[in-house]
Amino acid sequence: MLRYTLRRLGMLGVTLLVASVLIFLITAVLPGDIGRIILGPFAEESAVRALNESLGLNDPLVWRYFDWIAGVLQGDWGQSMSLNTPVLPLALERFSRSLALAALAVAMLLPLAIGAGVAAGRRPGGPLDRVLSVVGLGLGAMPEFVTGVLLIVVLGLGLDWFPVQATTPADGSVWAVIHGLMLPALCLVLLLFAYLFRMTRSGMLSALEADYTRTARLKGLPERLVLRRHVLRNALLPTVTVMGAQLGWLVGGLVVVESLFRYPGIGSLLHNAATNKDIPLLAGCTLLVTAVFSLANLAADLVYALLNPRVRDALAD
Amino acid sequence: MRSLTRSLTVSPGLTIGLLMVMVWVVTAAFAPWVAPHEPTAMGVGPQTAAPSWGYWFGTDQYGRDILSRVIYGGRYVLAIAPASTLLGLILGTLIGLLAAYGRGWLDEVIMRLLDAIMAFPIVVLALLALTVLGSSTLNVILVIGLVFAPLIARTARSAALTEVRKEYVEAARLRGEGHWYVMVMEVAPNIRGPLMVEATIRLGYAVFTSATLGFLGLGVQPPAPDWGVMVSSSRSLLTTAPWAVLAPALAIAAVVIGFSLIADGLRDREQQ
Amino acid sequence: MTTPLLTFNALSIAFRRRGEWRTAVRDVSLSVQPGETVGLVGESGCGKSTLAMAGLGYLPDNARILAGEISLTGESLATMSPARLQQRRGDTIAAVYQNPATALNPALTIGRQISEIFEYQKGLTARAAMTAAKAMLEQVRIANPEQLLRAYPYQISGGMQQRVVIAMALAGEPDLLVLDEPTTALDASIQADVLALFDDLRRDLGVAMLLISHDLGVVRAVCDRAAVMYAGEIVETAPVSELFAQPKHPYTASLIDCIPTGHTHWSHERLASIPGYPPALGERGAGCAFAPRCPVARAACQQQPVALAWLNNSHASRCLFPEDTAAPGGNRPPATPGRPAGERVLESDDLVVGYKGVRVLDGVTLDVRAGETLALVGESGSGKSTLARALTGLTVPDAGSVRLDGTALPGAQRKRVQSTRRALQMVFQSPENTLNASHRIGPALGRAIRELGGLGYRAARALVPERLAQVALEADTANRRPAQLSGGQRQRVAIARAFAGDPKAVILDEPTSALDVSVQAAVLDLLIDLQQRRGTAYLFISHDLAVVRYIADRVAVLFLGRIMEVGPVERIFSGVRHPYTAELLAAIPDWAQDHPSTQAAPVMTGARDRPTGCPYASRCAYVMPQCANEPPPVREPAPGQQIHCHLPINELPGSLYE
Repeated sequence: MLRYTLRRLGMLGVTLLVASVLIFLITAVLPGDIGRIILGPFAEESAVRALNESLGLNDPLVWRYFDWIAGVLQGDWGQSMSLNTPVLPLALERFSRSLALAALAVAMLLPLAIGAGVAAGRRPGGPLDRVLSVVGLGLGAMPEFVTGVLLIVVLGLGLDWFPVQATTPADGSVWAVIHGLMLPALCLVLLLFAYLFRMTRSGMLSALEADYTRTARLKGLPERLVLRRHVLRNALLPTVTVMGAQLGWLVGGLVVVESLFRYPGIGSLLHNAATNKDIPLLAGCTLLVTAVFSLANLAADLVYALLNPRVRDALAD
Repeated sequence: MRSLTRSLTVSPGLTIGLLMVMVWVVTAAFAPWVAPHEPTAMGVGPQTAAPSWGYWFGTDQYGRDILSRVIYGGRYVLAIAPASTLLGLILGTLIGLLAAYGRGWLDEVIMRLLDAIMAFPIVVLALLALTVLGSSTLNVILVIGLVFAPLIARTARSAALTEVRKEYVEAARLRGEGHWYVMVMEVAPNIRGPLMVEATIRLGYAVFTSATLGFLGLGVQPPAPDWGVMVSSSRSLLTTAPWAVLAPALAIAAVVIGFSLIADGLRDREQQ
Repeated sequence: MTTPLLTFNALSIAFRRRGEWRTAVRDVSLSVQPGETVGLVGESGCGKSTLAMAGLGYLPDNARILAGEISLTGESLATMSPARLQQRRGDTIAAVYQNPATALNPALTIGRQISEIFEYQKGLTARAAMTAAKAMLEQVRIANPEQLLRAYPYQISGGMQQRVVIAMALAGEPDLLVLDEPTTALDASIQADVLALFDDLRRDLGVAMLLISHDLGVVRAVCDRAAVMYAGEIVETAPVSELFAQPKHPYTASLIDCIPTGHTHWSHERLASIPGYPPALGERGAGCAFAPRCPVARAACQQQPVALAWLNNSHASRCLFPEDTAAPGGNRPPATPGRPAGERVLESDDLVVGYKGVRVLDGVTLDVRAGETLALVGESGSGKSTLARALTGLTVPDAGSVRLDGTALPGAQRKRVQSTRRALQMVFQSPENTLNASHRIGPALGRAIRELGGLGYRAARALVPERLAQVALEADTANRRPAQLSGGQRQRVAIARAFAGDPKAVILDEPTSALDVSVQAAVLDLLIDLQQRRGTAYLFISHDLAVVRYIADRVAVLFLGRIMEVGPVERIFSGVRHPYTAELLAAIPDWAQDHPSTQAAPVMTGARDRPTGCPYASRCAYVMPQCANEPPPVREPAPGQQIHCHLPINELPGSLYE
């Protein structure tokens, strides 16, 4: 397991390196003449050149990348152009708020989606399976800004159960925080439910059909034991593999949901940076989100390896 | 053709999905004849009028006919989604085939690069690229196509990996066929099934993603009647004229459900 | 009379396929008495596995019992409650499956999977159950059970996995074991070992067995009584000795004559072949299902269903004219002498292939002559397929050379010229994968004729019908896709493809191992005919020594990448031989005795810990101190036979002085 973890960490390093190069290329090279962008179309050509020189934009590309990544590693993530503040502290503060929202969403999502998937896959074609499959199909087709709008109308404005603007009272109890975040969190749950539900259901189906399940039944074991020990554990493996990738959708969902509910997290910060063309802020937020997402993927892979002895061994060599 | 008609009768989901999508394709294609009004003309009716016989889906805050806007809106979605999926499919298949057939270091390098691209959440990568490149329909197609390519490449690679190990590939090499012949003529036809399923799933997600980008203001720009844009610009009317939000929202849902049903039907057929 | 453990009474089972019910098992009556071992034989698709699962009360959802009854010790399965059925599984009846790798749960340790039976069936505590599991593993003759209990299924070999499955089956102390092709997925020597284990269990525990197998040799070696199935029906049942000595159904007789005996070469005795194909599921005529293929069928046979009739109190046949059945050997066509071998065509010289630091091939030197068949034998992992790949250039050797007609070839396939490719072709093992599923047969074969025959597109396509005819396929096969062909037909297409450019040498990598015996006999026949007409050199890779005895002129024995012995086939099978060859021969069921030898389990050694001396030393029954460190010398007991062994000739196995 240790060797597998180390190997997987090495792969993470490579991934992050390539990802940082990509961010650098998109934000620093694609836009073209940065000096001209900053100074505007009416500035003197000589002034643009002088600014470019002072920003180090005339240096070779590799040099500029190392310069940038060295800064990033030392905590210098640049200055936001629109908010005029250092990127890193801002991004981290907003990120922690998003984390609270995401954690609440995942805490509701996992039992719901996995429970529904197991229940539906247990008796494929049964009434529960049909109902859940249709619900899953419908939910999977609704973009988060649509479900968000519906939630606001029904649970927020109609029934007045939850606040429509996501808030986190500074001195409130845990329950107050959860209450404040409920609508956006529900919105994220609905976004991710369909896929996890379907993966769990199909995992159940193939585990129920597997030869080892036949063996377990023909050993004369009681059905509940067959299900718990032989079916479930193997059925959940595909769900765990896609969990990491689903966190990517969660981050995408955060951008929309936080904008919709005006919640000051990393998602709405990204959106504002994009709207204001605040490239340093955008690059910083993207880097942070990508790093965290990669770490989450790593965690999902490690859980998978823990559950599946075979992967553990195969990748350790 | 016979197999198609048979699978239509065997799988009702596939039929319903095809019908749902075809309705939008036909109305969008013949929009000038089908739509009762100009989609961007203001004041064709009263402001925020409820659905009625004159305005089936009601009107918005500028008195524009929502039915006409939804019909014309289908043109954006149904151009962007297939075009970007096709781009992703071509790129992804080529990359996936190359990785599977090349094996060894080539495979390793390609997969690490794809991993790095997939380390970005899709919406975030699209956000970054569109901010830098500027919003235009063409850019939306390019960006969605490019972020989908690694996902399709992964499917193509895993399907091709089982194929390239099969003996017919070795038989082809033993009669001196070139690499391109083996990849394109021998292997590619056998991964058609999983790729078709993957492409249909991606079509649904492309609709989803382009609507999300429209909603975030990074895709098609107002006043164009893009569905995402329509939801975004009418969301302040939620309490007064919910139909202005619901009509485009349900249109998105209908198309995505249609594509999911088609994908499910194709997958079932694959597994038979 | 005692109550039978398992009874099928006039049982018919149908499967739903594309909305239609198709009968897979028809009017089957069979019972297994306590302590008895009953065999159920037949070729693929005859319904034998369906019957096995029906006996366990585990038919798939798309199956239905049309008529008849199954009972366990007199108690009908149809009226049994799920709880009662669960209780009787493991307790009265237990199963061993064809594929042990998938039958074991990949996520649980071996210990957990065995001990849970003791916990829940016998109410033992976790500790006691684990001790019982250990005892169970000892009972199936596993040397170090402690270690195995902690292992996961994928960490152990196929033979080990099957022992674990057997231990699981025995844990509930069942009265009856249902064995569904239990040794089909195993190597020959491991198969012999597992069969010997069944023998012991039967003797020591008195457990009854229902053995389902396609392999008549296995059934003959293990069973008291056997039933032969064809197209869903039992066509004959008799005590095993009587069944093989005096078959009373033409299908049984033909089947027996299709099997290589392991004693003769084709030039002395040809195998029988059964014309045509068995009927598809649910598609058969009104009369006897075998009548269209039967050598002694008459008009009456086609008219109405034939019932199973008892000829004496233990022998029944579903034939109207059982006395017309040919005696064993009676279906075999007369043999014709073969042509003499010509010049050396294909040679390898000191060929070395490494993989991840291990020598998979370690200095292999061989030659094959025109018109001659050299068989290459050895267990899985011995490097047989690697040698085939190295000779054809699909794998680039690390050292050594390959020569064709005396000219050294480049190592990599890519660097070889088209005339080399034309002259050196290959036929692969798997009928499923050998043809491209997307390509119709005509264009696929046309492409091969064009590339290898150096012809234009039209000329190549025009030759397709003729080439199909040469492998006894009809011209309309050209319009079909591989999925529409049977395994044997696909292998014929693959052979036609290899012969597209009139090759000088063809490498045949287990070309018949995935085929049913009757199909195998026909394909072997085809290969012999092609060789006799064209003088092609064959390198025939096989793990089946009876097939090798039938088709090969010379044999090379490979072990862990090294040649142990090369020699004429009759010398290897009946003269002085290498100790490893002797081990392989002893593993053939029914080889010169009625029951397989119960020898000590061979200790598997991986390719990694190969000694500097003889690689077989760690497993050899004749091992001497020098074997581990000194490379063995070459012994030449007869012209053309070379044995790499430290033993002097007169101490080698098979020697008169042994």
